[in-house]
Amino acid sequence: MATPRHRRVGDSPLVRRSLIGLAVVFTVLLLFMPLALIFVEALSEGWAVYVGNILDEYTLHAIGLTLFVALLTVPLNMVFGVFLAWLVTRFRFPGRKVLITLIDIPFAVSPVVAGLLYLLLYGGNGWVGQWLGQYDIQLMFSWPGIVMVTVFVTCPFVARELIPLMQQQGSEEEEAGVVLGASGWQLFRRITLPNIRWALLYGVILTNARAVGEFGAVSVVSGNIRGETNTLPLHVELLYQDYNAVGAFAASSLLAGIALITLAVKAIVEWRQSRL
Amino acid sequence: MSIEIQGINKFFDRFQALNDINLTIPDGQLTALLGPSGSGKTTLLRIIAGLESAEQGRILFSGRDVTGLHVRDRSVGFVFQHYALFRHMTVAQNVAFGLDVLPRRERPGKPEIRQRVNGLLEMVQLDHLANRYPAQLSGGQKQRIALARAMAMRPEILLLDEPFGALDAKVRKELRRWLRSLHDELHFTSVFVTHDQEEALELSDQVVVMSNGSVEQVDSPLELYARPDSRFVFDFLGQVNVLSGTIGNGIIRQGDAWVKLPRGCDDDDGQLYLRPHEVRLTQQPTREAHLPFRIEAISVIGAEVRIELKPDGWECDELWEVGISHSDFNARKPQRGDRCYAVPEVGHLFCEHLDEPKTLNWH
Repeated sequence: MATPRHRRVGDSPLVRRSLIGLAVVFTVLLLFMPLALIFVEALSEGWAVYVGNILDEYTLHAIGLTLFVALLTVPLNMVFGVFLAWLVTRFRFPGRKVLITLIDIPFAVSPVVAGLLYLLLYGGNGWVGQWLGQYDIQLMFSWPGIVMVTVFVTCPFVARELIPLMQQQGSEEEEAGVVLGASGWQLFRRITLPNIRWALLYGVILTNARAVGEFGAVSVVSGNIRGETNTLPLHVELLYQDYNAVGAFAASSLLAGIALITLAVKAIVEWRQSRL
Repeated sequence: MSIEIQGINKFFDRFQALNDINLTIPDGQLTALLGPSGSGKTTLLRIIAGLESAEQGRILFSGRDVTGLHVRDRSVGFVFQHYALFRHMTVAQNVAFGLDVLPRRERPGKPEIRQRVNGLLEMVQLDHLANRYPAQLSGGQKQRIALARAMAMRPEILLLDEPFGALDAKVRKELRRWLRSLHDELHFTSVFVTHDQEEALELSDQVVVMSNGSVEQVDSPLELYARPDSRFVFDFLGQVNVLSGTIGNGIIRQGDAWVKLPRGCDDDDGQLYLRPHEVRLTQQPTREAHLPFRIEAISVIGAEVRIELKPDGWECDELWEVGISHSDFNARKPQRGDRCYAVPEVGHLFCEHLDEPKTLNWH
């Protein structure tokens, strides 16, 4: 007996196949090919040249500086993000809504503009910069400036991940904990932190990816001094302007590698989160 | 441990959530805070626990002022409506939490904690679930674990915020009985919040009825049901049938409906309140009452047959409800749309100029 087949709206084979086909074409053209090209170009003159490019003195320095910036930025924004999320989800105070909106400013503002603002404020001629200059403290065109703008650009990631989760979880568990006699620190350590750990890790991964890859804001405040204030993304651009395409792609392949690792870890964390 | 609540006022911005609450909760009793949502009962419970603070007033435990004492130091047990179990901990870890966070000097040793947790889990008859996570439990099991967790610190005061509100009817009834027996065994002072009048009347020694941030009446369940102080309490405690009318010459009248009042009443506007079981149904009006109805609906489910009545020739805000026995129903076989008359046996008269209702008896 033939049973009538019921189809949902838009579920005809033609629509389905063309949508899938379109998605595949775009993914290959826009995402996969450029990524593959990086490694193809980087290795176009053989492994020896590739390794040589990576072990170049300036490239090594750029790698070091990039990791150093990330190492400072990530813990800072992790603490800041947890603090902020805790503040806006556990307390009611005037200006709370405004604060939640302000968290997004670094997302809304172009990183180049952010870099310029820091330069105007903390540069040698800026308000704060002039005052600091009297004490021989220079923030711009050196690593503190790079860290400052990177912190600015990446500060929403952790808070953005935590706020919806903590809002949804509510504060009942913490209240139950405090009734049972837990101190503030015990509450955080034993109840809040375990409940948000995967979202926190996710936020940290995103922060790290962005801190490593940030170009616009950093290029304004770093001064691009080779071997001193050159981060990996800036180094890629410099090599490319030197007509050293293979070297530029070799350095890019490192950034792409970090991106791929980030994606893998992100996928694992998402999988863990969905199981909870 | 008795609880004394003195002159509590609480505001949320400009909204007054609690208005000058004065209340004594006796030692070792089960007290219900009953009221509709928004009546302030949960706020009051949270103030007793210390989870919320009041603008004015004092809270005393056995005469000791605890108003300024932090929640963590009040050592009360608290059970939340949605259980608030720690989701990343096993059942045993949940129950052990209070003991685990004690300062090192006061904390019992690991084996003793394990022993006490096992004892508590046996008390709630869930010792076989010790290693499960909250997500793997049913609602009723979660609430029993929450109770065990609250009892772990051996509190003398147990506060429960709509403890059975999120459970289905059958589990709710079971847990209610179980809490009653646990209370009879351990004799702690408990206060629980509910909006379910049946739950309050069945479970508690004393019921505090609240509305709009004020206490309406405090009484034993029996007294409360038999002699409500106000229209609000009357309305809130169970189904009630109302005849609003004008009183003249000892008769309350509205449209075609009238009832002779047995006691001398002044001429006034008034309302006659009748419980469903205080009304009889007849085919003909009597000399004392003329309350014509059409039968609107018949429900045969339950211990008695519930008949909904629509007034015929007069008006009321809500349909009347009368319960008759199944044998009575089978003898007469009333049908939808039939005309019939109600005859009051006991009633409660509220008049404009009287603060308290008058209880009337026709027999």
